Amino acid sequence: MDSLFGVSIKQIHEKLEQREISALELAQLFLSHIQEREKDLHAFITIMPELAFQQAKEIDKKVKEGQSLPLLAGIPCAIKDSILVKGARCTAGSHMLEDYVAPYNATVVQRLREQGVLLMGKTNTDEFSMGSSTENSAFGPTRNPHDLSRVAGGSSGGSAASVAADEVVVALGGDTGGSIRLPASFCGIVGLKPTYGAVSRYGLIALASSLDQIGPLAKTVEDCEILFNALKGRDPFDSTSVDFPSNLQSRNCDPQDLRIGVPREYFKEGLMPQVEQVIKNAIAKFEAAGAKVEEITLPHAPYALAVYYIINSSEASANLARYDGMRYGTAGTKHQMPNVSLLDIYLERRGEGFGPEVKRRIVFGAYALSAGYYDAYYTKAQKIRTLLKQDFEQAFQKVDVIVGPVSPVLPFKIGEKIENPLSMYLVDMYTVPVNLAGIPGLSIPAGNVQNLPVGLQLIAPAFSEHLLFQVGKMFEKIS
Amino acid sequence: MGGFQFSHGKMYGIVAHTMITKEEVQHIAKLARIQLSREQVEKFQKELSQVLDYFTILQEVDVLSVEPLTHSIEVKNVLREDEPRKADPEVVQKLLGMAPEQKDGFLKVKSVF
Repeated sequence: MDSLFGVSIKQIHEKLEQREISALELAQLFLSHIQEREKDLHAFITIMPELAFQQAKEIDKKVKEGQSLPLLAGIPCAIKDSILVKGARCTAGSHMLEDYVAPYNATVVQRLREQGVLLMGKTNTDEFSMGSSTENSAFGPTRNPHDLSRVAGGSSGGSAASVAADEVVVALGGDTGGSIRLPASFCGIVGLKPTYGAVSRYGLIALASSLDQIGPLAKTVEDCEILFNALKGRDPFDSTSVDFPSNLQSRNCDPQDLRIGVPREYFKEGLMPQVEQVIKNAIAKFEAAGAKVEEITLPHAPYALAVYYIINSSEASANLARYDGMRYGTAGTKHQMPNVSLLDIYLERRGEGFGPEVKRRIVFGAYALSAGYYDAYYTKAQKIRTLLKQDFEQAFQKVDVIVGPVSPVLPFKIGEKIENPLSMYLVDMYTVPVNLAGIPGLSIPAGNVQNLPVGLQLIAPAFSEHLLFQVGKMFEKIS
Repeated sequence: MGGFQFSHGKMYGIVAHTMITKEEVQHIAKLARIQLSREQVEKFQKELSQVLDYFTILQEVDVLSVEPLTHSIEVKNVLREDEPRKADPEVVQKLLGMAPEQKDGFLKVKSVF
């Protein structure tokens, strides 16, 4: 039965249909593996055995009745703890929501439940998704399955680690500035940040609403694509979600028909030489297979990180205003006292409920949005965002996909960057441009430096996820 | 914010020109309704100054005739009839139950004035 770890969605599906294994056995097998691996990893904040068993029994009943199963039925899946699963605690990695129990399902969760996916648990995240390592989680960091002294990446680090360690087959994460692609890269798996609007955000605890997207993490490009196809499409509960063009399917393509752009700006100062070598080797493999590789330029990419943090902090400071200590959280100590004002209560509950990075961003966002600074920061950032989007549009007139590193560095040691916020922000320098432009990005394993994985980032025009899957599968074949 | 002055550095990466004052940090934290300890104010003063200093690279970009981007993909207004819909009482109860203090089906808060 151990041979089930690392097998694909389609293989599990076949075993279920052939009755080689029951969904209940699958749930038990993976739950006991979770128990074992969690001693080291801390990928999960909450494990949900009752829900998983209940779902498994429903699937086994269908099999018994001879009903056909959806492809995702019985597939063990983890959900980032910023996405609501009805009846389950949803903390967003924060003390502020320590006791919050979701009263409804996120649309993505609803869609997975309808397919019969086994929801195994809620995974660790940086508090309110603010971070690149899960060290900002109020419940402690997730460890990298490839090296327990190192971070798994973030903010969806729990989801990435759980897939990499075979605790689940697939997982959902959220990506605001790289929060799916970075941990996928650090954990050596596949992760997709979809086009903005491709997947409903209803039931996702918001960080920065113009950037946030939910997306899949998996061991292979094929599994990632299967999960994405179950998630995508318009949702009446999210008015920024759109109908996804259904005629765009990935298919086998000849590398000789492929034009790959390599952005000059992605290979400058800050890129670790060992990472650069792995990425260049990956590009050489495409070239050897016959793809046309050319250098392109994204002139505004070097400004993307500064633009991103202004927009992210500004939107976060507005989104997190709802955590006022009245609607969520604990009562604090002051509320019973006389002569205590509403302001005192706000200050106390928000001061105690939020961790340092969340406070930092709220304060910075409030600063950037305040009178006198609004134009210098927020408006200017939005204007450079326009220029960056145009950079990508111009590049995609010449090439089909853009290829580069996901992260400038290897998975770093726990504690290495947490004391210096700017050094942590810089880890996102190659992922944030994709969120700012609203386009899709896929992280796939490119190779290793010793035992540490390095991810290759593939970037395509909006609603061209099929191209990313096509090229990702091509790379799996040629590497 | 009118009383606070702020001067940008000329170049990023040479000297930290941008300095935010402790009073500024305290003032903004209060506007954002976040209590900071004295140590946190000092830490934030240093960290925010460092981040603001990094942001001065944006001064290199000419945006004179550029429109700000508010939506990365094309969006349209999504409208529906403004009809009241009945909420599931169980959900309502659960939502209320999440609040630290309630009374008679309402959230209990301190008086504003």
